[in-house]
Parts: sequence; structure tokens; C-alpha cells
Amino acid sequence: MKKPEEELAEIKSMMERSTRFLSLSGLSGVLAGLYASAGTGIAWYWIYFPYSAWGNESFVLPFRELLYRILFLALAILVAAVASAFLLSRRKSIQKTEPFWNPASQRFSVSLFVPVLLGGLFSFSLLHEGAFQLIPACMLLFYGLGLSQAASFTLGEIKQLGWAQLALGVLAAFAPSFGLLCWAIGFGVLHIIYGTMMYYRHER
Amino acid sequence: MSVDLQAGYDKVFDNVLRLRIMSILMVNESYDFTSFKELLQVTDGNLASHLRQLETAEYLQVAKSFAGRKPLTTYTATATGKKAFQEHLDFLGALIQKSKL
Repeated sequence: MKKPEEELAEIKSMMERSTRFLSLSGLSGVLAGLYASAGTGIAWYWIYFPYSAWGNESFVLPFRELLYRILFLALAILVAAVASAFLLSRRKSIQKTEPFWNPASQRFSVSLFVPVLLGGLFSFSLLHEGAFQLIPACMLLFYGLGLSQAASFTLGEIKQLGWAQLALGVLAAFAPSFGLLCWAIGFGVLHIIYGTMMYYRHER
Repeated sequence: MSVDLQAGYDKVFDNVLRLRIMSILMVNESYDFTSFKELLQVTDGNLASHLRQLETAEYLQVAKSFAGRKPLTTYTATATGKKAFQEHLDFLGALIQKSKL
């Protein structure tokens, strides 16, 4: 028989690997952060640049046009981020010869994407009702809820990331004028920070 | 030390594959054959034989159903199995305690 310490370690590892999706790629978090930062930069330019002190006021977009542009930009960021996360996590799971689609990753996906999809729907209702100033808060809050739910089924760093998003969401809800800034910190900067941390801890 | 080490030792957990299967079932409500095979990286025959031994010991329950057209066999730990596993953990803990004294 093996040494009891080794046997306990074996049991612990099996319990972790069967309940947690450990192939979540930190690198894809960094990429998502970069897309989001670039995106908020562009949106900020469209929204505020015409009115800023050093801006050129000749370029003011009509409201409808601005709305459609930002909507398209947001969807493009979302698609790019989800695709990067999917492809890089799959690559990581192949490298580690761990199953990619198993009960653990299914639970992870459901607990993350149910709140996120509902949040997306709610954001559209805010858009429809013209409550634009609350959209960043809504996105941050629902994403934070999804992350803190899904954290039980993946790497531990995700829990902290979820709480940070929730805190930013509350801040953005009470100070809507900083909404875009909070969104950029949450979806851009925090993704880059936590993605880098996860990369150095689990992928090297 | 009043723990009877011989009494706590469970032959069923002698094999590492059976130990792994029960570890998984302790933290998952149920687990299916294909997912076991992918996670444990073992052959069908080997896995099936150890699952059957655990079933014979009444440590797990088998449920057969269909997912579309494919048969789906899922396994759940029984109360007996959970109790035995907990006792095995206590036994390992006692062994470690003893070796430290």
C-alpha cells in the first residue's frame, strides 16, 4: 500500500479534478482585457471626444448612429473574448491531457452563463427604456454574480475577480457618470491583472 | 492511541482506481461512465470491472438511461459507500497521526 500522505493527496486531487474546470486559460483573460480596453477607448472617443477641451467639434455623431456603433462594438468584443477563452482553454486542456467537456466544465459554464445571459437581456431592456447610464453597472453586476457562482467550479482566483466586478458594479450604479470608466477597469484592467496572475500560477 | 488500525482498513480501497472512483463520487452527485473514462484515462474493461466490484460491495448504485440514442450509465455513491469512504479517511488520518508520534 502507498503511504497514507500520498493516498490523501491522491484523493484530494481526484476530488478537485472531477469538480473543477482547471483548464481555464489565464492568457485568454489577458486577451479579453485587451479587447475590452481597446473597445472602451474607441467608445470613449465616439462619446466624449467631440466635447472635450482639446477635441475637434466638427465630428459629433448623430445619436442613432452612435448607439448602433457602440452596440456593434460591444458585441464584437464579446464574441472575440468568448472565442479566445474557448480556444485557449481547449488548447490548455489538450496540453494537460485533461477532458475539456466534462461534468465540471458543464457546471462551470452553466453557473457563469446563466447570470451573464440574463444580464445581457436586462441590459437590452435598459437600452430599450433609454436608461443608458445604468448599462455599465448592470453588465458589471451580472458578470460579477456569474463569476462568483462559477468560482466554485474553477481556479480560485475567479472568486476575487467576481467580487471586484461586483464592487465596481455598485460603484457604477451610484455614480453613473463614471460608468464607462468602471466598465473599462472591470472588463479591461481587472481581466489583464487576473489573467496574468492565473497565467504565471497555472500555465508555466 | 485507541484506534484499531486493522479494523479500519478496507480492502475495497486497496486498489488505486477504486479509491479514485469513490473520491469522485464523494464530491459529485452522480458521474457517468464516459466521464470516468476520460478523467481516469483507463480502458473500458478495466473501469467496468472495478465499478462492478464497487457495486458488489454496495458502495455505489448504477442507473442506466439513454441520452438520445446513446446509452448513458451513471453511478451514485450509496450511504454505505460514503460511510466506508469516511472511515477510510479516518483510518488514513490515524496512520499519519501514529507515524508522527
